[in-house]
Amino acid sequence: MARRVKIALQAAAVLVVALLVGLLAWQVVRTDQGRALDSEVKSGQKPQAPVFQLDQLEGSGQVSLADLRGKAVVVNFWASWCAPCKDEAATLEDAWQRWRGRDVVVLGVDLQDFSTDARRFVARYDVSYPILRDKHNWSWGRYGLSGLPETWFVDRQGRLVGEHVEGPVTAEELDRNIRIALGTAS
Amino acid sequence: MSRMLAAALLVALAAAGAAAASEEHPTLPELERELICPTCHESLAVSNSPIADRMRSFIRARIAAGDTKSEIKDQLVDQFGESVLAAPPRRGFNLLAWLLPLVGVAAGAVVLGVLARRWSRTRSGPIPVDPSGNGRAGLDPELERRLDEELARFDA
Repeated sequence: MARRVKIALQAAAVLVVALLVGLLAWQVVRTDQGRALDSEVKSGQKPQAPVFQLDQLEGSGQVSLADLRGKAVVVNFWASWCAPCKDEAATLEDAWQRWRGRDVVVLGVDLQDFSTDARRFVARYDVSYPILRDKHNWSWGRYGLSGLPETWFVDRQGRLVGEHVEGPVTAEELDRNIRIALGTAS
Repeated sequence: MSRMLAAALLVALAAAGAAAASEEHPTLPELERELICPTCHESLAVSNSPIADRMRSFIRARIAAGDTKSEIKDQLVDQFGESVLAAPPRRGFNLLAWLLPLVGVAAGAVVLGVLARRWSRTRSGPIPVDPSGNGRAGLDPELERRLDEELARFDA
């Protein structure tokens, strides 16, 4: 009887430890799945873009990346305290104005930031493209971000294509990669 | 016994008073220790990232406005999510993080207690007496065999 109890207790202990290790592994895989995206895109693969559904900075609605299928999407990750984000704001706004009528959407995703600061940034730099708030830092691990700003390009099928731009994006990089995402690059 | 109880009660009351004062009138260093920088994931007390500086200025402003510690933390959680807290809140799934170490310590104590009891029983058990030894305690046959071997080797 005592032997049976001992075996049962040992099995329970092993089960609990296995459960905790599994939970840890699941959390690590879930949050760090974006690390491979950069190398996959660089090697010419077109991995599916991690789908997000985030609150808009202004208003109460949400925007889902899945709802933008059929369009080319520029996803720019930024924060108001990041100096290079200020440098690229006008470039992104300019691209949005030039491309917005041609199945192209520019999305700004603000993270690790105060919403009041983000609103001040948007007003100061005359940003008119949609800005989303990622207050739980969801996209950091999913998109394999290592700093701010970073920009990804999503094609009409919801796949990551072109270049993954780390640092301020230029007008040339925007135009070149938007054409790739639209499927009109020569 | 009653003196000890009174002393313990006094200590508990003093601790509760200090906690209430800290809740009503928090200081920046206190809150810095209880919060994490969302960019570098270090304690706010040691982080020098731009967002950590911004958080410190936010906390100073809220303390000056008379907010309690919980109110300030709630506002920061609303902006950055629960990962901004150095310790997980004591509710829902996060409760596991608080309970599991206690369960582990309790389970360890039980195991140690059972083992200690078993060892003490083994040691305090009756010592086998060799009937041929005139009342002297008998040796374990295996030990006796090894002892004989060692003595034979020593004599040789």
